Amino acid sequence: MLPFLLRRAFSSVIVIFCVISITFVLARITKGGPFDKEKEPPPHIKEALLTRYKLNGTVWDQYTAYVGSLVRFDLGLSTRYRDWRVSELLQQKMPNSFALGTLAFVIASCTGVFLGSLAAMKKDTWIDRSAMFGALLSISIPSFISGPFLIAIFALWLGWLPVGGWGTMSQMILPAICLAAPYIAYVARLMRNSLLDVLKSDFLRTARAKGLSETQAVARHAVKVAILPVVTFLGPLAAHLLTGSMIVESVFNISGAGMIFVNSIQNRDVFLLGGAVIVYCVLLVLFNLFVDVIYTLLDKRIKLYA
Amino acid sequence: MPEAAAPASIARPDGWQILKRNRAALIALGFLVGLSLIAIVVPLLLPAELKVTSSASFVPPLQHAEETHALHLLGTDVNGQDMLYRLLSGARVSLGVGLVGALISLGIGTLYGMISGYAGGRIDGVMMRTVEVLQSVPRILFIMILIAALDDYVKEWVDGWRLAAQAHGWPRFATAMSDLKAYSKVLVMIVSLGLVEWLTMARIVRGQVLVLREMTFVTASRAMGQSPWGVLRRHLLPNLSTIILTYLTLTIPAVILDESFLSFLGLGIEDPAASWGSLLKDGAQVINPLESKWWLLVFPALLMSASLLALNFLGDGLRDAFDPKSRD
Repeated sequence: MLPFLLRRAFSSVIVIFCVISITFVLARITKGGPFDKEKEPPPHIKEALLTRYKLNGTVWDQYTAYVGSLVRFDLGLSTRYRDWRVSELLQQKMPNSFALGTLAFVIASCTGVFLGSLAAMKKDTWIDRSAMFGALLSISIPSFISGPFLIAIFALWLGWLPVGGWGTMSQMILPAICLAAPYIAYVARLMRNSLLDVLKSDFLRTARAKGLSETQAVARHAVKVAILPVVTFLGPLAAHLLTGSMIVESVFNISGAGMIFVNSIQNRDVFLLGGAVIVYCVLLVLFNLFVDVIYTLLDKRIKLYA
Repeated sequence: MPEAAAPASIARPDGWQILKRNRAALIALGFLVGLSLIAIVVPLLLPAELKVTSSASFVPPLQHAEETHALHLLGTDVNGQDMLYRLLSGARVSLGVGLVGALISLGIGTLYGMISGYAGGRIDGVMMRTVEVLQSVPRILFIMILIAALDDYVKEWVDGWRLAAQAHGWPRFATAMSDLKAYSKVLVMIVSLGLVEWLTMARIVRGQVLVLREMTFVTASRAMGQSPWGVLRRHLLPNLSTIILTYLTLTIPAVILDESFLSFLGLGIEDPAASWGSLLKDGAQVINPLESKWWLLVFPALLMSASLLALNFLGDGLRDAFDPKSRD
């Protein structure tokens, strides 16, 4: 297990390094600098600002300076929100995105596994067909369509949930459902197909033969095996929820990391952009690693080879 | 056996027959063809007064504007532009970006997958590791950064052509270029999305090539002195065509989703061009409990969801018909 973890950690560092390099270079060759305003600042002030943020000289010089500060675990200063460190800004906004993502993750995985199992057990009945049609439907409706409609129905029309705001559970439910909806569908489809395969297998016939009811057999024996492909999907799922929350944050007016990302591109705030990209990539890599480890714990046949 | 090269001779039901029995996929195909035709033809037939901005903002559907007495079937938006026209030109842009972006990614992915799978060994290993690394990059973030970086360069480039055309006295070309400048973001979106979306295609194609290259007809062709490129083009590509078509159909909705995602955030298509995403952004901005301007949100939402649903139905149908792995 340890050599595997070390190898993965090494390749992850390389991936993150590549992403950072590409991000930084693209952000710096983009037309328009962080201090270009409608009213152009005097050249000597602009020069002083660029020097202060180590953004003058060639792109290569800026890049080495940036990597140098990253190695010292310094994400730098935001060029837009002056006197704010990138790490402070991220610390302030990340928890909101994280809370939203976690809730959506729980909703997507639990509901998806339940619906998928139900559809597989009732294969070719109306339950199966409507669940799978619903899945295709919710994959086809992006969150910026479902978001406004969820607000219109549940908040404005029925008045069950608050229209906006952030902090309490009732305010988080609509954004989380909106974020989770397409992924419920992906999980349900995966779970259905995988459970259908497992239901045909010999050990399940044995379970039925020893007198377990179909529900018992599925719940005790089949789900444990059938859930493996779903577990593999949880890593990408977490990543999708992270990036997907950008749209949901903008629809529901939540001040989270997604909006930081969009704004930093528009403001040419290169260090904030770099910091956000690093956080995204690190989380992504961690999730994937976590999934690999869980996978071996669930399926004893798989060994993590170094 | 020469007939071994034809996939139809393998004893399994022909994919096209399976597809013909799939009613949902056929309806979806009909819908998409119809929508494309309408989106291309109807804007040409609409009266010119509907295609420009007017003072009649927020006219509800099926009502006449007060000043011009023009009938707005689907109402107007904040700038008094006719929603039907905006919706159909948005459909042109969204479907066009989806199709061309998917075609670019198909080209890159097919070539990459074919080379990787056919070369095998170390080259294959390196090429597939690269794909894995690229897949662990947050895709949508990358597209955003790429678009921001490319956009100004393309605008400048198009503008340079326009000025050159004016200097040389080619008024037609100059007008074409100034029209293109308004739509330059569309160009940038297509290229950026195409450059990023090819990874799945590359993996699928490689997997198929790994199977195909062990078949007797490939060995025979190699034994007869066919060059590797010749084998790829003459023997592998025809056998890959259906699976490429299938994943093309599944890539188009993904590209459309990404495009509308970016346009919704205000990073994508911008005025005067419209796409479903930018229309939905405008629609979501005017939603409020006091005075509902529902038509700005409902029509683009319906059309976009229906199109994506149709594309997904068609893609699933094609996959059931042609992807041997997905068949029970």
